[in-house]
Amino acid sequence: MSTTLIQFAYLVASVLFILGLRNLSSPRTASMGNQMAAMGMLIAIVATLLVQGVVDYSVVIAGLVVGSLIGAIAATRIQMTDMPQMVALLNGFGGAASVLVAGAEVSSRITAGDEPSGIVPGAIVASVLIGGLTLTGSLIAFAKLQELMRGAPIQYPAQQYVNALIGLVTLGTCVALAMAPLDLQLFAILTALALLLGILLVIPIGGADMPVVIALLNSYSGLAACATGFVLDNSALVISGSLVGASGLILTKIMCDAMNRSLGNVLFGAFGAQSATVSVAGDGADQGTATAYTPIDAAVIFSNARSVIVVPGYGMAVAQAQHAVRELTDTLAANGMEVNFAIHPVAGRMPGHMNVLLAEADVPYERLVEMDEINPRFPETDVVLVLGANDVVNPAAREDESSPIYGMPVLEVDRAQHVFVIKRSMNPGFAGIQNPLFFKENTMMIFGDAKKVVIELNDAVKNY
Amino acid sequence: MLEAPAIAALTILVLALFVGVEVISKVPPLLHTPLMSGSNAVSGITVVGAILLAGSENNPLATWLGFAAVVFATVNVVGGFLVTNRMLAMFKKNPKSDK
Repeated sequence: MSTTLIQFAYLVASVLFILGLRNLSSPRTASMGNQMAAMGMLIAIVATLLVQGVVDYSVVIAGLVVGSLIGAIAATRIQMTDMPQMVALLNGFGGAASVLVAGAEVSSRITAGDEPSGIVPGAIVASVLIGGLTLTGSLIAFAKLQELMRGAPIQYPAQQYVNALIGLVTLGTCVALAMAPLDLQLFAILTALALLLGILLVIPIGGADMPVVIALLNSYSGLAACATGFVLDNSALVISGSLVGASGLILTKIMCDAMNRSLGNVLFGAFGAQSATVSVAGDGADQGTATAYTPIDAAVIFSNARSVIVVPGYGMAVAQAQHAVRELTDTLAANGMEVNFAIHPVAGRMPGHMNVLLAEADVPYERLVEMDEINPRFPETDVVLVLGANDVVNPAAREDESSPIYGMPVLEVDRAQHVFVIKRSMNPGFAGIQNPLFFKENTMMIFGDAKKVVIELNDAVKNY
Repeated sequence: MLEAPAIAALTILVLALFVGVEVISKVPPLLHTPLMSGSNAVSGITVVGAILLAGSENNPLATWLGFAAVVFATVNVVGGFLVTNRMLAMFKKNPKSDK
């Protein structure tokens, strides 16, 4: 196949990627969009396989088969609640591929005695740096989400200085490699530094900030592919990489806005570690007491309700309670109640996490309402059921200027007639901030595992 | 100075970034998770470069690095598209309402 034809195939693939992403703008067309993008990928791969330069198919086919098997098994076995881990891992693999491609290209150029010029040395540096830190950063995010390591920020003395020092050394190595791009030793050193940097940058970030981290690493995996595109002078990589880079950056911005924090604060603020000490003053007696209720008590209130809003959070995912919640809302709907779900942008551990879980439980997507749309409806709502959500319903974000989350847009659940909060214990959430909602007059706490309580609640409502 | 091909690639980069921002801004929060996994699969396009390096006549180091890159990028592509497909199949409308 000639080079022109291949360029044409890449163009078709790029167009399919863009159309595919555009179809993600509506849940009706999204499936088709994904299939269009997959078709584009198939075209790009087949066209590449037919290039005359490819002489040894055994290695390539072996790689494709192994990769496909791993990918297919992971994609079919993964539980929906574990989706953040899966995406984190995929981001990391994207980064790894970029580093490896850059390495292979450098090694191949050394053999050929082909000194890179122009933009290529810089692109090699960018591939290694971004790809490397995406790999280890994603692995740390994966470990935190999978609870292989503590979700809380990990801090040590002089952390900022150590990071700054390693950052400077990395910068120096980048410059050195850009000037001598075919020095394999420098290449290896920069790879090691990038891998180290990825670890150091993600360990001080708390579990509740993972939506931002995953979105940002998503963006990096795209930018790494883009840089690799410059290394290989391949337009398909440049286009796809920048699409993904843009996508991740937009999601990162949405997540930061939803927490009312700057990206710098999320990355370097070690949120959760510091706020735990700040909020001590707000703890305890002056808040009043939270009152514990049983599911039977709740059933009485539900029997008089006409409108119900469920607010899911990470606790619902942990307890795998999404199916039980669907059954409860079916019962409520059968009793003539209007039931909706209020979805905060950062509820859960990645953008859109709650929507996926509820869709898995067959909740129709029209019932999943975004924050700005549902907030005005709370005053007319009879009952709100907060399920494993904490910071995203904290009224301190509106009322208490001294609160670390003051100014963060939250779901205004306390404006409803009655609020039930299902929670394991009175422990503050991941951000370590006490929640005045629990002490409000119209709030009733039900303690226990989210799934168990919801099942009991469903029985109680049915038998009332 | 940069040569013409580099300028052409930079032009593509900048235009693609604009297209990306325009297109992605229209994706509703409802679909943000499938957007991430789907776009991740798209970034597996690195597989194209990996195939070229693994498959061409090369020294063993380059071939093996290329092979590893093909594996990682293919996991990205296949895993990403399949899991996105699985998720999107779950998003259903309410059968009772016909909006």
